[in-house]
Amino acid sequence: MLSQIQLVMPELALLILASFALVLDTYSSSKEKLLTFRFVQATLLIIICLILFTTPDTQSYSFNNHFITDPMSIILKTVICIISLVVFFYSHEYLKQHENVRGEFFVLGLFAVLGMMIMSSAASLLTVYLGLELLSLSLYAMIAMHKESLNASEAAMKYFVLGALASGLLLYGISMLYGATGVLDLQGISIAASSGIDSGMKLIMVFGLVFIVVGIAFKLGAVPFHMWVPDIYEGSPTAVTLFISTAPKIAAFAMTIRLLSDGLQDLLADWQGMLIILSILSMATGNVIAISQTNIKRMLAYSTIAHVGFFLLGIISGTASGYAGSMFYIIVYALMSMGSFGMVILLGKKGVEADRLEDFKGLAKRSPWYAFIMLILMFSMAGIPPLIGFWAKWFVIKEVIAMGFVWLAAVAVVFSVIGAFYYLRIVKLMYFDEPEQMAAIKASRAIRLVLSMNGMAVLILGFIPGALMALCISAIT
Amino acid sequence: MELNLPLLSLLIWTPILGGVWVLFVGDRQEETVKVFSLIVSILVFIISVYAYFQFDNTTAQLQFIEFREWIPVFNINYHLGVDGIAFPLILLTTFITILVILSAWEVINYRISQFMAAFLMLEGMMNGVFASVDAILFYFFWEAMLIPMFLIIGIWGGPNRVYATIKFFLYTFLGSVFMLIALLYMYSQAGSFNILDLHQLPLSLETQKLIFIAFFLAFAVKIPMWPVHTWLPDAHVEAPTAGSVILAAIMLKMGGYGFLRFSLPITPDASMALDGFMIALSLIAVVYIGFVALVQTDMKKLIAYSSISHMGFVTLGFFVGFAIFANTESSTGAVMALEGGMMQMISHGFISGALFLCVGVLYDRVHSREISSYGGVANTMPMFAAFMMLFAMANSGLPGTSGFVGEFLVILGGYQASFWIAFLAAMTLILGAAYTLWMYKRVIFGDIANDNVAELKDINSREIFILSILAVVVLLFGVWPAPIFDMMHPTIENLFQHVLQSKVG
Repeated sequence: MLSQIQLVMPELALLILASFALVLDTYSSSKEKLLTFRFVQATLLIIICLILFTTPDTQSYSFNNHFITDPMSIILKTVICIISLVVFFYSHEYLKQHENVRGEFFVLGLFAVLGMMIMSSAASLLTVYLGLELLSLSLYAMIAMHKESLNASEAAMKYFVLGALASGLLLYGISMLYGATGVLDLQGISIAASSGIDSGMKLIMVFGLVFIVVGIAFKLGAVPFHMWVPDIYEGSPTAVTLFISTAPKIAAFAMTIRLLSDGLQDLLADWQGMLIILSILSMATGNVIAISQTNIKRMLAYSTIAHVGFFLLGIISGTASGYAGSMFYIIVYALMSMGSFGMVILLGKKGVEADRLEDFKGLAKRSPWYAFIMLILMFSMAGIPPLIGFWAKWFVIKEVIAMGFVWLAAVAVVFSVIGAFYYLRIVKLMYFDEPEQMAAIKASRAIRLVLSMNGMAVLILGFIPGALMALCISAIT
Repeated sequence: MELNLPLLSLLIWTPILGGVWVLFVGDRQEETVKVFSLIVSILVFIISVYAYFQFDNTTAQLQFIEFREWIPVFNINYHLGVDGIAFPLILLTTFITILVILSAWEVINYRISQFMAAFLMLEGMMNGVFASVDAILFYFFWEAMLIPMFLIIGIWGGPNRVYATIKFFLYTFLGSVFMLIALLYMYSQAGSFNILDLHQLPLSLETQKLIFIAFFLAFAVKIPMWPVHTWLPDAHVEAPTAGSVILAAIMLKMGGYGFLRFSLPITPDASMALDGFMIALSLIAVVYIGFVALVQTDMKKLIAYSSISHMGFVTLGFFVGFAIFANTESSTGAVMALEGGMMQMISHGFISGALFLCVGVLYDRVHSREISSYGGVANTMPMFAAFMMLFAMANSGLPGTSGFVGEFLVILGGYQASFWIAFLAAMTLILGAAYTLWMYKRVIFGDIANDNVAELKDINSREIFILSILAVVVLLFGVWPAPIFDMMHPTIENLFQHVLQSKVG
């Protein structure tokens, strides 16, 4: 029993500290809620230490095979915590700008992190669902917290309705799988799927698989289940958009791997085809529609959809190195997305969201350094070396080619060229156009530092991507 | 004296780090930035000259090899080395960069530090492209180069710069990504990105054709060949003078380099099977684009089309070899044609660079590139007229200038393949003379056309210095091209022997 507790130590600690933070928040009287904010940041640091130092890095199951810790879960959890840590820095700045700092924001954030950690360690259908719901509910509330804003309320409502629908579909698929195999844990399902079940049962499993893929596609925002993404991204306060577009994507990767690889690897032939369609549609729709956007949050939303299409390429290859490619892709994507939305926050002022593309006009003259960071981020998203975004695309494309899908790689690169256009347009606005106002960007030292580090990470990792690649490969074996 | 310096790394990273430093200094100290950039570019040139004296002309092997693991999980390495094809192009790059930085001295008056930084970084990346032995390292530099060039055209370019620079970027990007697919496919077969390993990789003819087409898309856009050349006139017209010079003198050569380094040795059978196609496209470029150049009213556009036409010679020289070999059963003629193509690349680097600088000199004074805005410039700028005369002659391939050597060898080689190839290729001597000299006549001779021309001041000492260096080089290699041929002969001979061996098997 004790060893079981040890395996879930980070999650337990996070639960306790998050609850404590909620209490602490009532004593934090300052307008900026510095006490809660610092406590939450410290909590995340503690959790990172716990993940790295207390959990064994061998594969081990606990709680009747409902919970797994393996190298992949450790790395994903660490990345989720680090990203959330940085995201909270940006969010705090945003909330301060809008004089709307609420302690609950960060507490809900911690619960979302807890949900994501559970998803990363899920070894049964129930744990996947549990983690997913904890994450989703926290996110609904985080969006809705900005209650004076009409857009935010609308976004929260949409997200809730569509999210609930997706959860329902996922649950339906789960029930099918349970019905066909009689077990809930993914190990058992994997054994059942591989031990030559009769064709009637196989049919039910594939039927359930369809709903599971739909649920995953919904959560990732893959076309044709992407409708919510642009509206939620645009409507939510940037602080929340930033959060939604980063850490939960990594959790969604974990969910995909747990369900499709750990549980249903034997149905590869069935889900591969579905994912190919999702992937091509996402790359096409995302990249083409992003071109016509005038709102940067909406543009980045469509760019996310396109990136999800690329991310799926690695999963499609169906091999361990392909999954590693997807993992690398999603981590890199989170890093770039974080910086881009951080930039939107940086440009904003009190009561004003700088979310029009025009807000970037002439940035190179106003604040050359931030323009340079945005330049790095945009070229990285477009997949141009020497930036890390290039290696992400490179990795997944290499994997699909290795599995013989050269035509799919060709489709992918063509769409990446189409996608390059709207990233270039941001660079054009910043560097080739005259600014509407000359005032330099004002921001606190913390966010300037964090944003600079974020940008430099994208640049420097582009020169030395080997370590992160090796880490992703070692995570999935 | 044998110093064991990592010469190629120095050639790549000195300018890049110099560029970073210049960025940090910023625009407050313009003089420092300019002087420092010039010093860096001269230093890099000195390093390359030092390397030239260390360079062994007798071998086709790679030299100055540096090897370091970069991404060990995928067997990607920081692997550098140069042979007789790459090294002359590196010398060209380091040489032209000095002139480019000098040419911007008084002309660029805003965001000067970013300008200098972009050119220094570009120099490092271009050296990286020529020095890479690892295909992914090559691709890394190849694509990274787009970023500074995109900014150079977009920030310091002409009125229609945004359209031109986005077109340039997307065009070249689209071409390059197919090369990446080809490289990744070969990696899945060979397990290595080392270009020399890829040279040995056996491939079926069908696969080779697909790979050849993928490479063709990348290199034909870059060099550029008809019909994927349309980005070049736009980019040239809008780019600042320095950008045009780099574009014409060096970046176009990367396409040619790619054909020699990738297409021919990796897919020799496909190259042989498709050589008629390549020759046809080359001849269309030479003849048709020559006519297109004739009707241009914009000087920069005219030189841009003339570049495309001259690059047609390069690809003709590279791909006519198979037919020559089939006719003569000796590799001498084919090697001659290949060397002619290489020589044409180097010489075009000097000549087109010089012509763009000449147009830049006029543009800085009158702010027009239209031929009709000028006339009678010789009356007010006699010195300039003399220089431009030389470069115009060189561009039309006058014997005694470097422009003649490459063209002559290619035509001579082409004659051994077929009379008609040689005939059509030789049309360039007429067409080139027609469009260049006609432009020269309209701009330089005649009566003074308008007040702008009447007020022109002749070139200053900085401009005299730049143009006279180029003039010396053009004349030197026109009468004594041996140093370049000596450098590349063993490599090209070896290359052609390799290309003759079928990889189908």
